Amino acid sequence: MTLIDLANYDVVYRRPEALTNVQTHYCPGCTHGLIHRLIGEVIDELGIRENTICVAPVGCAVFAYNYFNVDGCEAPHGRAPAMATGIKRVMPDRVVFTYQGDGDLAAIGTNEIIHAAGRGEDLTVIFVNNANYGMTGGQMAPTTLVGQVTTSSPYGRDVELVGMPMRVAELISTIPGASYVVRRSVHNVANINKTKAAIKTAFQVQMAGLGLSMVEVLSSCPTNWHMTPDSALQWIEDAMIPVYPLGDYRVADAVEPLTKRRQPAHQQNGVTGG
Amino acid sequence: MAKELWKGNEAIAEAALRAGVEAYFGYPITPQTELLEYMAREIPKYPGRVFLQAESELAAVNMVYGAACAGVRVLSSSSSPGISLMTEGLSYIAGTEVPAVLVDIMRGGPGLGNIMPSQGDYFQMTKSLGHGDFHPIVLAPSTVQEAVDLTYGAFELAETYRTVVVILADGAIGQMMEPVVMPPARPVMTEEERADWALRGAKDRERRILTSLHMNAEGLERMNLGLQSKLARIQRNELRWQETMTDDAEVLMVAFGTAGRICSSVVQSARRAGLKVGLLRPISLWPFPEQRLLELAERVQQILVVEMNAGQMVLDVKAAVAGRAPVHFYGRLGGVVPLPDEISQQIDKLVSQPAGAGYKTGASNGFGHATVVPAGDARAEGRI
Repeated sequence: MTLIDLANYDVVYRRPEALTNVQTHYCPGCTHGLIHRLIGEVIDELGIRENTICVAPVGCAVFAYNYFNVDGCEAPHGRAPAMATGIKRVMPDRVVFTYQGDGDLAAIGTNEIIHAAGRGEDLTVIFVNNANYGMTGGQMAPTTLVGQVTTSSPYGRDVELVGMPMRVAELISTIPGASYVVRRSVHNVANINKTKAAIKTAFQVQMAGLGLSMVEVLSSCPTNWHMTPDSALQWIEDAMIPVYPLGDYRVADAVEPLTKRRQPAHQQNGVTGG
Repeated sequence: MAKELWKGNEAIAEAALRAGVEAYFGYPITPQTELLEYMAREIPKYPGRVFLQAESELAAVNMVYGAACAGVRVLSSSSSPGISLMTEGLSYIAGTEVPAVLVDIMRGGPGLGNIMPSQGDYFQMTKSLGHGDFHPIVLAPSTVQEAVDLTYGAFELAETYRTVVVILADGAIGQMMEPVVMPPARPVMTEEERADWALRGAKDRERRILTSLHMNAEGLERMNLGLQSKLARIQRNELRWQETMTDDAEVLMVAFGTAGRICSSVVQSARRAGLKVGLLRPISLWPFPEQRLLELAERVQQILVVEMNAGQMVLDVKAAVAGRAPVHFYGRLGGVVPLPDEISQQIDKLVSQPAGAGYKTGASNGFGHATVVPAGDARAEGRI
């Protein structure tokens, strides 16, 4: 048996300083934890951990403040952009981000996100779209796909009854105060890398004082979709992306220099809006 | 310092600025809008302070919540329907135990009601300003000067107890102009003076978390017991009231805010008529001066509670006096302000009747005209 001398090895992977050393409560196979890690890496790379405040939502990510090693608080359901506005306005030199699910942001909190964007608040919004209310056990969300079975649409989402899925990135991209609005996914490595790059740009947009930045991330929910983790990732690609095309929905001119590579909406992955 | 003529809403705003308020978030609603407008005009003259008109009272209260978490002095103001929208956020603020000051310039309700002065929010403010077990400190001025003084002191009070402090006035006080002596301007808090729980960024220290979420039942019970012990401390330390000619009073009036101010005129005219009438005007509605009421109830013959609502504080008065004296109620609704003569007539009826006899007058539907509700009436018992 030989002893391994760690001095001979490079560390290629470690927990970002911006993440705490605790086990998360997320279900096996859920990609929330992965998205947390991307945010943690970005906070480390930008050197803003001691300057950042996290606003957690109500929903699966309600305990997000436990996982980010930054000052954190927990907003009422849907109100994170308003609470973050209060924090940012009184401390304009701090970095403030919200982490919100689709029930939180796209249903009960539509007013707050639209007006935070309208005012051009210097906030970063990480919007996690998993096409259902995960925390309460898989009810229909505004983002639930047509025909998708949930506990509150047990016969599948019926367009006659509740209309079509709501496309949030497209909606927010029409608001001038939102200067960086993109949709990404974390269903495979290539897209995970693109998501991380977008999150980094989003934080840089805030640090440059260019207005609201939002990254919508398509995320898996194997538990409530009743799928294996693998098939859930496949379902993102097969079912979600056709309805929620990946791409850049708004990159304001002032933001352009911050992005390495533009991804025009509707062109990535060769899909068009369904 | 010289007296100046100030409109109530603007005077409250100026008092908050002089108290070192750093941020104001609000939404227009009559009859408090001049407060928001004053802040919109004046705050830009103070570098570093924040004025922001929110898209709703829901958003305004959550902006207050965020700023409060950052440890700054923060204010919002609204009127009754707007306060209803804020109750979600106020419950979170109470559960998180961060300080904030709120002004409610009450108007007639329920629903959209009207924009006239009312005291219909007493229950909401003192008993139920959101879900869960908590009470804000509720302070009710009866003059513009008192509104200024209470607002000026409200921020320290909020910070001492890490709680919500409400200045509960009505459209009359918000809209009227009165001579006021303004307090001196204080500087805003320095970074060193920030509370040791404030979210300012985890630089050279452990991160801080502010939340109202406690998933474990025992943990939430512990949090609630802590909250209750704080509220008990407030009940011991923060009682405020004013008495007028109570020493030899045979009839004790109890009224707050605008109704209290009117009743102080009634005391003067009653005394001129040779009637031994006094007034206890609660200034802190929560905590409520129940011990003092009990002491007075031991030696007066009748108690008359006057409110601009259907009988809300009267329940607290009845609970406080615990049957030691008969408690009567006179109220006007819908934004009608009672005139001193109407109240004097009620006193005349009381002194011409044997104590505790009880009687009904007026319309059978209650409060429209000069209705005295005796102690045993269902309405005064809170069974309406």
